Amino acid sequence: MGRIVRITGPVVIADDMRGSEMYELVRVGDEQLMGEIIGLTGDRATIQVYEETTGIKPGEKVEGTGRPLSVELGPGLIGAIYDGTQRPLTVIREKVGDMIRRGVFAPALPREKKWDFVPRVKKGAEVVEGDVLGTVKESKIVEHRIMVPPGVRGKVLEISEGQHKVEDVIAVLETSEGKKNVRMMQIWPVRRARPFKEKLEPNLPLLTGQRVADTFFPIAKGGTAAIPGGFGTGKTVFLQQVAKWADADIITYIGAGERGNEMCDVLVHFPELKDPRTGESLMDRTALIANTSNMPVAAREAGVYTGITIAEYFRDMGYDVALMADSTSRWAEAMREISGRLEEMPGEEGFPAYLASRLAEFYERAGRVRTLGSDERFGSVTVLGAVSPPGGDLSEPVSQNTLRIVKVFWALDTGLAYRRHFPAINWLTSYSMYINNVQEWWKSKTNEDWKSLRDEAIAMLQKEAELEEIVKLVGPDALPEPERAVLESARMMREDFLQQFALHEVDTYCAPEKQIGMLKIIMEFYRNAVEAAKRGIPVEEIRKLPVKESIAGMKRLTAEEFAKQYRKMEKQLREQFDYLLRMKRAPAAEDKCSG
Amino acid sequence: MKSREYLTVAEVYGPLMIVEGVSGVAYGEVVDITTPDGEVKHGQVLDAYEDRAVIQVYEGTRGIDTFKTKVRFRGETVKFGVGLEVLGRIFSGRGEPIDGGPKPIFEDEWDVHGAPINPSAREYPSEFIQTGISVIDGMNTLVRGQKLPIFSGAGLPHNELVAQIARQAKVLGEEEKFAVVFCGMGITHEEAAFFINGFEKSGAIERATVFLNLANDPAIERILTPRLALTTAEYLAFTQGMHVLVILTDMTNYCEALREISAARSEVPGRRGYPGYMYTDLASIYERAGRIKGRKGSVTQMPVLTMPADDITHPIPDLTGYITEGQLVMERELHRKGIYPPINPLPSLSRLMKDGIGEGHTREDHMDVSNQLYAAYAEGRDIRSLVAVVGEEALTERDRSYLAFADRFEREFVNQGRDEDRPIETTLDLGWELLRSLPESELKRVDPKFIAKYLRPK
Repeated sequence: MGRIVRITGPVVIADDMRGSEMYELVRVGDEQLMGEIIGLTGDRATIQVYEETTGIKPGEKVEGTGRPLSVELGPGLIGAIYDGTQRPLTVIREKVGDMIRRGVFAPALPREKKWDFVPRVKKGAEVVEGDVLGTVKESKIVEHRIMVPPGVRGKVLEISEGQHKVEDVIAVLETSEGKKNVRMMQIWPVRRARPFKEKLEPNLPLLTGQRVADTFFPIAKGGTAAIPGGFGTGKTVFLQQVAKWADADIITYIGAGERGNEMCDVLVHFPELKDPRTGESLMDRTALIANTSNMPVAAREAGVYTGITIAEYFRDMGYDVALMADSTSRWAEAMREISGRLEEMPGEEGFPAYLASRLAEFYERAGRVRTLGSDERFGSVTVLGAVSPPGGDLSEPVSQNTLRIVKVFWALDTGLAYRRHFPAINWLTSYSMYINNVQEWWKSKTNEDWKSLRDEAIAMLQKEAELEEIVKLVGPDALPEPERAVLESARMMREDFLQQFALHEVDTYCAPEKQIGMLKIIMEFYRNAVEAAKRGIPVEEIRKLPVKESIAGMKRLTAEEFAKQYRKMEKQLREQFDYLLRMKRAPAAEDKCSG
Repeated sequence: MKSREYLTVAEVYGPLMIVEGVSGVAYGEVVDITTPDGEVKHGQVLDAYEDRAVIQVYEGTRGIDTFKTKVRFRGETVKFGVGLEVLGRIFSGRGEPIDGGPKPIFEDEWDVHGAPINPSAREYPSEFIQTGISVIDGMNTLVRGQKLPIFSGAGLPHNELVAQIARQAKVLGEEEKFAVVFCGMGITHEEAAFFINGFEKSGAIERATVFLNLANDPAIERILTPRLALTTAEYLAFTQGMHVLVILTDMTNYCEALREISAARSEVPGRRGYPGYMYTDLASIYERAGRIKGRKGSVTQMPVLTMPADDITHPIPDLTGYITEGQLVMERELHRKGIYPPINPLPSLSRLMKDGIGEGHTREDHMDVSNQLYAAYAEGRDIRSLVAVVGEEALTERDRSYLAFADRFEREFVNQGRDEDRPIETTLDLGWELLRSLPESELKRVDPKFIAKYLRPK
């Protein structure tokens, strides 16, 4: 048993700690606060404490637990809200009231709750690690698969159907080392990635229902994305939109060092929202980690690992999991704070030298995999990390180290946010490296050449940016008509396609079929407008076409309404441009215009 | 814990003092320091070793020597008395009454650092507070339990604005107990007098508690002042069921004090010499705003900070903006034009607006009007900068209407009197009035049904 010799903020130094291991979980002080060993020198240990340390004195004791910081994995994770060390916040509230007090313990998974376990294997079956022994209906949409833990294989001696608590033995296996009890709950150290058979190339899109992401900068299932932006650019709103509408089976949302009211927002609004695929409450597939900015920083550091371990566990069952980390910058700052207290030699901007490797390690836990188990199961963890660069300047270490790793970059733009262009994702600086991977999916799903359409649209927006530069110097009047037609069409693309209103009941989610339909109509307008302008039709005339209003109204149409309207709009568009061209040839027939 | 006294000050530098040969000192413990000439100072333990303690001294270290100074460890962490008697009183930055009145009788003593509100215990803020100021109510709505700072600059009228909000703020259709907690950090005597006279004139002093750390008061004391104010606010809100508006001014001075201590401890600095933990430290102040399920009261914060050189990317506004639920940004250009309040809505934001407005809160068309005004004003300002280069003749008809809109918007919508209290309906109707000057096909942010109802009424 050790003894505290120094306390400075979240860092405690203890002597007489011989026999302790790196990353071992310890109990600090008379109140038994949770801590983790992050440094050892002789028998002196440096400990980061996950709870407030005010009032702790040198001389108080430190006890080792002999195990690393771990999470409990089993039924009860869905719909729960945890702090960074997986303490269940709703249970803590029942125990100690509305404010979080330190030194409170509560198991992460409810111990008394009984789950209906339905076996999948029979007595006598040979099973290996990762095999599904049976299932539990955890929520209306999540079937929780109870698996043989990693490193275990053998013959099923007993398997017990029926009502069980998480700690109950649900199966007994005959292994090479004797009998082994398998419980419903597994325990796994958070800093170790869970094993799988093989990593695969991500080739399915994770559909988010957000047009700028799905159509322009798609993310693949098992991919990684960073979403950096200054304050007020809408990082959190965008991540929450993805958490709501992504076609993942499970969502893990980590609030690391962010606002309490934001987590409350998720808790209040997710249960009310319906998953567009299953029609059930979105909370029925979501697990939350909330370590807000005023909760202890060391727990913030741990929370990111807690979240990704939970995500991996569901991946191992064969699910597609999307994990949101908001914000990785706050996580990095937690590392910086601890590192500063340890008086380590700092790297850039005071961040520890190991910042880059920690970020890389974390994002590398994403991926689409063939899971353990004798059946062929595939699962994925997609990681979406918010980055909060100081002053919105992306040259800072967290942004730079993140961009080196991730494959999708959704660049939030303060200028767009100021003019309330939301999502404020800049279409010129953002990128996705999954375009070629997901191309096939779009082809087979919508039967459209998504990639060419998308490339053409981006080229148009690029052209707009170039023209804007000229306009800034000489004014819009100086441009030739075909170029003004490009500006007109690009504006339509921005306002009627890229802008998506998260709070509108219909526009909040846009199905892929509708996205490509909208894109086709706008590109059709663009081609016609440029062609018409070339043939001498003034852009003023094109601007007055009634079809423009129908296009502006597309967002507000549900997917079904849109599918019905689509042909009509296409026809309307063609007819109106034809009419303009005919008018050009025979201006006398003007009064026959029907619109 | 028992209190112990030592005469073993080993080192004094900047705001810090090291005492040796101590035992059983707790992290965060309070100490009383008696200097050789009898002055009593206060401090707190920042780093606790077995036989040594690093102490930050709130009143500054002047007069402390290494021979005769007595240091008494009180055996407790920093606490402050709470009770209804604090209403109507003025305290120093350390919590001593300075209005000449007797020491109030407290009902309890609370740890000034508070405890984080359990995120699952939070009630989502959704009650609209009418400030009577169009650019706030209409476009950056404040709700109960929100923390909405004012980003200002030296010489801008943030004090007038805050005082006006404190005077006018109300929740429609409700008669509930409310209070104002005012926390001045490093402000001048003149500024403090402006607020106190204002409170006295409007009679608000009866339900206000004032904490004052003036510019010539010890800088380190400022670390404590907002925590006293928020402890008081939490008591009034969550024990007494009051709706409390907390005004914290000026957070820039607070951050300077934080930097001073960090530098004295020779910590590894983050950006511009501010400590790496400034985000966490500021969060421990700002996150104390909110509502709690099942309790009546609320803590709403309105911190004021002056952006050094009007730079919004400076670490103080930057870190604040990342924690608070939006910001109101004052702009010098508007101020020069004589617009009051000179709030530029474009960089301003209220994150909690969405649930506090609309049908049942303000009016059904609120969100759409606000979005349309934003988009139109942004477009208007873009065109204004274009005009500077190419001249007005080069503009199209459409562009000219936006240009005119932007001017009217500033003069009629943003601009209002220092005593003018505009109801929300007036604000929204004014918004429609301005939008009427744009071509109808440009109003893409507004639901067509509202156009029929409000743009062309009757």
